[in-house]
Amino acid sequence: MTMPLMKPKRKNPVLRTRQMNLPPWSRGRVALGMTAAAAEGRFELQVCQACRTVQYPPREACHRCLSPKLTWTAQTGEGTLLADTRLHHSNDLFFRERLPWRLGMVHLDAGPTVIVHMHDEIGAPPQRVHVGARLDRAGQAVLIGFPVDGSEHMTDDRMLREMTSDPKFRKVLVTDGKTAVGQAIVKALVKAGADIVWVGHAEPWKKLPGLEDITTLKEVTLVPLDLTNERSVSELAGEIGGKVDIVVNNAELHRAFGIGGRRGTDVARAEMDINYFGLLRLAQGFGPALKGRSADGVTHAAAWVNLLSIYALANFPPHGTFSASKAAALSLSQCLRAEMRPAGIRVVNVFPGPIDDEWSQNLPPPKVAPAAIASAIVSALKQGIEDVYPGEIAQEWLERWRDNPKVLERELAAGGGQ
Amino acid sequence: MDAHASTVLGTLALALASGRIRVVDLTQTLTPEFPQIALPPEMGQCWPFRIEEVSHYDDRGPGWYWNNFSCGEHTGTHFDAPIHWISGRDLPNNSVDTIPAQHFVAPACVIDCSQQAKQDPDYLLTVPDIEAWEARHGRIPAGSWVLMRTDWSQRTDPEAYQNFDETGQHTPGPSSEAVQFLVEQRDVLGFGTEAIGTDAGQGFHLRPPYPCHYFMHGAGKYGLQCLTNLDQLPPTGAVLICPPLKIQKGSGSPLRVLALVEDRA
Repeated sequence: MTMPLMKPKRKNPVLRTRQMNLPPWSRGRVALGMTAAAAEGRFELQVCQACRTVQYPPREACHRCLSPKLTWTAQTGEGTLLADTRLHHSNDLFFRERLPWRLGMVHLDAGPTVIVHMHDEIGAPPQRVHVGARLDRAGQAVLIGFPVDGSEHMTDDRMLREMTSDPKFRKVLVTDGKTAVGQAIVKALVKAGADIVWVGHAEPWKKLPGLEDITTLKEVTLVPLDLTNERSVSELAGEIGGKVDIVVNNAELHRAFGIGGRRGTDVARAEMDINYFGLLRLAQGFGPALKGRSADGVTHAAAWVNLLSIYALANFPPHGTFSASKAAALSLSQCLRAEMRPAGIRVVNVFPGPIDDEWSQNLPPPKVAPAAIASAIVSALKQGIEDVYPGEIAQEWLERWRDNPKVLERELAAGGGQ
Repeated sequence: MDAHASTVLGTLALALASGRIRVVDLTQTLTPEFPQIALPPEMGQCWPFRIEEVSHYDDRGPGWYWNNFSCGEHTGTHFDAPIHWISGRDLPNNSVDTIPAQHFVAPACVIDCSQQAKQDPDYLLTVPDIEAWEARHGRIPAGSWVLMRTDWSQRTDPEAYQNFDETGQHTPGPSSEAVQFLVEQRDVLGFGTEAIGTDAGQGFHLRPPYPCHYFMHGAGKYGLQCLTNLDQLPPTGAVLICPPLKIQKGSGSPLRVLALVEDRA
C-alpha cells in the first residue's frame, strides 16, 4: 500500500532552496531508441529480425546472432522479480539526496534480465511484476518495476513521482481560460488534485462563454495574461512565477487561411504573435523561476506543456499559416526542452488533430473534443510522457508522417488531410 | 508696451507663459492595457498598443534606454480621416498626410451629456440636445469641433470602458439625425468622443450603420475618439491642437490632443 501523498507544509523561507542534480544522463545513440519510445509512453526493446531475440541493454547488433537488423518493438513488460536491494548510500548526487532507493532485478518473460527502479508496493522476490519505461528527471529512459495490482494511491510512490509531473497538490498556470480547451484543461487539473490553477484572461472586456464554469471552482484564480504583451507576461511572472510548478500554454490563435485565401500578413502575424512569440515571451518570463525550483520539495516545479497541433509536423494547406506558426512553435519548444533539461523540467508537447471548436467548423469529424485534449494532458503529466498525439486524426497523421513525410506532404497538397 | 504683445501670437505666447491660457491634455496614455476596438474575430483587427524594450542601459545598449512599439492607426486616442470610411474614400485631401494643416488647430464646442450617459450607457446625442446647447451657448460655428462629453473616460477599468455584453458594446455616441444636423446645418470640422469610437457602441444597429463615420467622413469631416479630460473644457472657447502623424495615405493616427483654455476670471 502506498500512503497517499499528504499536502506538503508550506516551505520554510529561511532555508536554501534545494537545487537540482540530475541522475546519470549519458546514453549512447542506440540507447536513445528506448528514450524515444518512453517519451511517447511505450516500453520498447530491440528485437532481432533474424533470430527474434529480445535484447537488453541496447546494442548495435544482436548479441546472439550478430545481425544488425534490430527493430524497436513494444513490450508487455511482464516478468519475475529475482532480487531486490535498497540503496542506503550513493556517490551520485541525485540518488544521494533521495535515499533510501530501491532497485530490483527482473527476468522479463520476453527473455532479458533488467535492472529496474522499484515501486515500493512490490513485495519480496520472487514475485510477478510489470516493467515499464519512464523518462527520469534527466529526460532519459529508465525501467520501472510496478506491482501487478497497484493500490489506489500507487502514483504517489516517492520514486514514481520523481519520474512524473503529477498535478496533485501542484500549482498550475493555464495561459488561456477563454477557450473550450482551456476550460476543459482547468477542470481536468482541478479534478487531478491541483492545489491552485491560475488561469490567463486576456482582453477581459471580451465576454466569452464558459468562463463562469471555471471561476466558481475554489482552486481557480483568473489572472491578467496576454501573450502578445511582453509586459503582461513579465508582470505575471514577477507576481506568481516563483510559485508555478506546471505551465500549460494552451493560448493559441487559429484561423483557416492558406497563402491565397487572405491578402496581407495580418492574420499570419497574429497567429505567429501568440503561437510562436507568445511561447517565447512566456518561456523567457516563467522559465527561469521554474528552473530554480525544480527540486523544491515533493511539489517541486515539474513541467511545461505546449498545446501545438498535428499540423506542426506537416502543413495542412487550408490552415496553412496556422500550420506554419505551430511548426515554429514546435521548433522553439525543442529549444525550450533542451534549456529546461539541466533543471529536470519536463517539456510536454501536445499535437492534437482538428479540435471540435469554432475554428474547425468546416472540417468533418472525427474531431478531438476539448475534454479529450485535457485528459490527454493530465495523463501525460501523470505518466511522464513527453509527446502526446490526441485524437484519431493525429494518430493517423503521425503514422503517415513517420512512414514517409514526403508522401504525406503530397497527400495533404492533394486535399487528403482527412 | 512689450513688442511681443503687439501681435496675436505674441499675446498668445504671453498668455501661455503667464498661465492665463492653460494647456489641457485630452489624450489617453498609450499602454498595452488600453483596449482597442473589437470586431468579430474573423475580420481584420486593429493592433493594440504593444511595446518592447530595445535596450535599458544593459548588454543590449549600455548607455541608453529605448523601445519599439507597434499599434494600429486607430489605437488609443486617435484621429479619423475621411478616407477611413467608404463614404469618404473618393474625397480630395482625405488622408492624414493630405488634410490641410490649417485644420489641425480649431475651436471646440463641448456638449455635456455626462448625466445622460450615466443613466444610459447607450445614450444617443439628439438634435434637441444640440438645440438646447445652442440656446445657452450660441450657434455652433462652422469649422469647429463638436466634442461629446460623457465622462466615459473616467471608466479606467478596461472592462467598464468597453462595456460589452452578449449583444455587443454599450457606449454613448451621436444619433444619426444629430450627425446629419451637425454636418448639413452646422458644417462642423469633426466630432469627438470619449469612448472607443465616434459612433455609439450599438452604432452598427443605427440607420445607416455607424452614422457618425458614414456622414462625417462622407462630408470630409474628421473624428477624434478616446478623448479624456473633456470635463476640464468650457462649453465654448477652447482651441484644439490635434495634428495626426503624417502617414502616407493614412486613415488616421494616434495623436496627442491638446486644448488651449483661456482663464476668464
